[in-house]
Amino acid sequence: MRWITTTNHKDIGTLYLWFSFIMFSVGGLMAVGIRMELFSPGLQVMDPDFFNQLTTMHGLIMVFGAIMPVFVGFANWQIPMMIGAPDMAFARLNNWSFWLLPFAATLLVLSFFMPGGAPGVGWTMYAPLTVQMGIGMDLTIFAVHILGMSSILGSINIITTILNMRAPGMTLMKMPLFVWTWLITAYLLVAAMPVLAGAVTMTLTDRHFGTSFFNAAGGGDPVLYQHVFWFFGHPEVYIIALPGFGVISQVIPAFSRKPLFGYASMVYATSAIAIISFIVWAHHMYTVGMPVTGQLFFMYATMLVAVPTGVKVFNWVATMWKGSLTFETPMLFACGFLFMFTLGGFTGLVLSLVPIDIQVHDTYYVVAHFHYVMVAGALFAAFAGIYFWIPKWTGHMYNETLGKIHFWLTLVFFNMIFFVQHFLGLAGMPRRIPDYPLMFETWNKISSLGAFGMGLAQLLFLYVVIDCIRKGAPAPQKPWEGADSLEWTHLPTPVPYHTFETPPVVK
Amino acid sequence: MRGTRIVSVLAGLAGLAASGAAHAIAWYFQTPVSGIARDIDQLHQVIMWLIIVIFVGVFGFMFWACYAHRKSKGHRAEQFHENTTVEILWTVIPALILVIIAWPVTKTVIAQKDTAAPELTIKVTGYQWKWGYDYLRGEGEGISFVSMLATPREQIEGGARKGENYLLEVDNEMVVPVGKKIRVIVTAADVIHAWWVPAFGAKQDAIPGFLRDTWFRVDRPGTYRGQCTELCGKEHGFMPIVVRAVPAEDYTKWVGERKQAMAAVAEDPSKTWKVDELVARGEKVYAANCVACHQASGRGAPPAFPPLAGSKVVNGPEPGQIDVVLNGRPNTAMQAFGKQLSDTDIAAVITFTRKSWGNKASEVQPAEVKARRK
Repeated sequence: MRWITTTNHKDIGTLYLWFSFIMFSVGGLMAVGIRMELFSPGLQVMDPDFFNQLTTMHGLIMVFGAIMPVFVGFANWQIPMMIGAPDMAFARLNNWSFWLLPFAATLLVLSFFMPGGAPGVGWTMYAPLTVQMGIGMDLTIFAVHILGMSSILGSINIITTILNMRAPGMTLMKMPLFVWTWLITAYLLVAAMPVLAGAVTMTLTDRHFGTSFFNAAGGGDPVLYQHVFWFFGHPEVYIIALPGFGVISQVIPAFSRKPLFGYASMVYATSAIAIISFIVWAHHMYTVGMPVTGQLFFMYATMLVAVPTGVKVFNWVATMWKGSLTFETPMLFACGFLFMFTLGGFTGLVLSLVPIDIQVHDTYYVVAHFHYVMVAGALFAAFAGIYFWIPKWTGHMYNETLGKIHFWLTLVFFNMIFFVQHFLGLAGMPRRIPDYPLMFETWNKISSLGAFGMGLAQLLFLYVVIDCIRKGAPAPQKPWEGADSLEWTHLPTPVPYHTFETPPVVK
Repeated sequence: MRGTRIVSVLAGLAGLAASGAAHAIAWYFQTPVSGIARDIDQLHQVIMWLIIVIFVGVFGFMFWACYAHRKSKGHRAEQFHENTTVEILWTVIPALILVIIAWPVTKTVIAQKDTAAPELTIKVTGYQWKWGYDYLRGEGEGISFVSMLATPREQIEGGARKGENYLLEVDNEMVVPVGKKIRVIVTAADVIHAWWVPAFGAKQDAIPGFLRDTWFRVDRPGTYRGQCTELCGKEHGFMPIVVRAVPAEDYTKWVGERKQAMAAVAEDPSKTWKVDELVARGEKVYAANCVACHQASGRGAPPAFPPLAGSKVVNGPEPGQIDVVLNGRPNTAMQAFGKQLSDTDIAAVITFTRKSWGNKASEVQPAEVKARRK
C-alpha cells in the first residue's frame, strides 16, 4: 500500500526506476527475438507479420517505457535533493503521473493478444499503413495518449519544482547541470507530447470515424502524418538525450576532481539544442519528395545542431584535461558515453546531408546511428547515473569489480551489435525486413551474437543492483571525492525519507 | 590481459561467421553507375575523412587525459575553467567547417532534384507487394507490366538452397537504355513504399494519391538491384526492384518484343472457357498474386487476411466477388486488381477460388468480368 499511495519523491523515483528496468527487459527480449530471426537469411523463427510487430513494440517500449521513465526516475530522486527542496511541488500529481504508466504498458503488451496481434507499422506509426491494422493499433494509440499525459504531468511538476522550490541562494546559474538539462527537457515535453497525441488521434479518427486526414482519396495527405509526427519526434530525440547529458555533466567533473570547464556555455548550448530541435523535423523525410528549398532549409538547420553539440563534447573533454582522474564504474560509463555518443553524432552529421541521407535513408545505417545515440548515449548515461547515485539511494556500495565487468561487456557487445550495422546500411540493407539477401549474412550474424551477449550482460547488472541493495558495504556520506552537489555535501547516507525540511543556505 | 582475451574471442567469432557465409561480404556502397551516385560516394568519402580527423583530434585529448592525468599517477587536478577565447574558437571553427561542407552538398542536392527534360519517363507504382511499371513518354511508350519477386517460397521458408540473387530477383525487370536521362514518377496504390536502386543513388517514397519524381542516367549496361525501403506491411522485405540497363539498340529490340508480346497476350474476353482451363490458369494467377496473404491453403491469416475457403463472398453470387477483385477493399491490403490483370486472368482466378478448398460455387467467364468493369 505504501507504494501505491506514496507521494514521496524518493519512493516515486524508485518506482520509475524499477518500472523502466522491467520495460527495458521486455523490450530487450523483443530485440533478441528480432536478432534471432535475422541470424540467418530465410524465415526460421517467426512470420513477417510478427516480426513487424516486434520491431514496432521494441521501439515504442524502449522509447516510452524504458528510456523516458528512467530519467524521470532520476529527476524524482535527484532534483529536490540537488536544489535543496523537501519534495516535488505537486506530490499527489507525482504519484498519478507514475501510476498512469503501468496502465499504458499493459495496453501495449495486451495488443499482442488481440485478433491480428500488435500493430506492425514501426514505432513511427506511418499512415496509411496504420489504417490496415487490427484492434491492437487502437490499444497502442490509447497507450500513447496515456504515456503522453503522464509525461506532461511529470514535466509540469518538474518545471514548477525547479522554478519555485530552490533553496535560498540557489540561483538558476548555480543549479547543478543535471537540473538545468531537466528544466529544458520538461519544456520540450510540454511542447512536443501534445503534438504526438494529435497525430495518433487523427490516426484513430481516420481508422474509425471516416475522417481523411491522411487519406488522399478524401482530400488528406499521408505525408502530413509524417510532418506532425516528426515535429514531435525530433524534440523527442533531445528529450531522451538531454537528461543523459545532465548526468554526464555531474559524473565527469566528480571523477576528474575539477569543476565543469564551461558551465555557462553548457547551459547555453543545451538551450540552443532544444530550440533548434523544433526546426529540423523534416530531415527524417528527405525522401518524401519535398521541394529543393525545403530540403536545403532542413539540411542547413540540421547541420547547425553540430555546433552546440560540439561545444558540449569539447567541454566534457576540457573538464577531464589536467584533472586528477579515477575510473570507477560511473566514470567508465561516462567515458563510454562520450566516445560513442560522439560517434553517433558524427553519423548524424553524415545523415544531415541530403544526398547521402537519400542513399542510406531507411537502411541499417540509420538503425546504427540512432542506437549509438539512444543506447550508447541515453542508456550509458543512465548506467553512469545509477552507479553514481546508488550509494546515496540505498546506503550501500555496489560491487566495483562486477560493475566494471558489466561496463566492459556492455561496451563490447554493444559495438558488436551496432558498429557492423553501419556497413549493412551502406551496402544497402533496408531496415524493418525479416529476411535479407545473402551478401548481408556475415554482419547480421555478428550483430545477432552481440545482441545475445548484450542481453546476458544486463542480467549481471540486475545482480549487481540486487547485491548492492541486499548486502553492499555501507557507503559514506560522500563516496566520490570530487562530488560537490547538495545531496553529497549536506545529506547523510542513506538519505532519510524526508530531507531538507529546513532549506539549506547556498553561498 | 583481459583485453587481449576479448580481442581474440572477437576475432574467433568474426572468423566463424565469415566461414559460415558463402557470399562475399558487402560493407560499402554498391559501385555507383550514375553521376549522382558517384557524387554521393565522393561526398561521403570526403566527410568520412573529415570526421576521422576531428575524431582522432578530440579523442586524442580525451585518451591522453585518461592516460596522463590519472590520480593513480599522482596527477593533481588543476582548477581552471571558463576561457572565453577557447570557447569562441570551438564554436566558430566548427561552424566554418560546416559552411565549407555545405557548398558542394548544395550543388548535388540541386542536381538531384532537376528532373527537367528527360528522354524517357516511366511511372512506377508501389502495390502491396510488387511494383508496376508504365512507360509514359519516350521510346517504349505504352509498355506496362507488373514486376514481382521471383524467388521461390521454398527458398524463403523451406530449406531449399538459396540462389545467388536470393530476394533480389523479379519476373519482369524494368529495362532502360544506358546514357539517357530517365525520369521516374513514383506513386503507390495502397500504402507508402519506397523505390530505391542503390547503384543509381535514386530513392523516392511512393505515396498513395501523390506523384513524386526522381531521375537517373546509367553509364554502364548491367543489372542493378534494390529493395523497397519503406515499411509497407507483411511482405515489405519481399518486393525487390531490378533494373536492366542495356545499350540503345538492344533497348529498341526489347521495346519491339515487348509490344509484340503485349499484342499476343491481348485475348478475346468474349471467348467462353472450359471450367478446367479456367481453374488451371487461375491457380497460376493465384500463386503469383494472392498466395502471400490468402495462403496456399486458402485459409488466410485472419483478421487482416481473411480466409477464402468457406468465405461468404467466394461462395456467394458472382458479381459480388468480381467487384471485390476488380476494385479492392479500401483500407485493407486487398488491392484493386482491375488495372493489373486481364479479364481472363481475373475470371480464371475467381473460378479457381470458387472451385478449391471445398468451395463449390459456379465458374466466372471473362465476359462477366468485362461487364462489371466501370
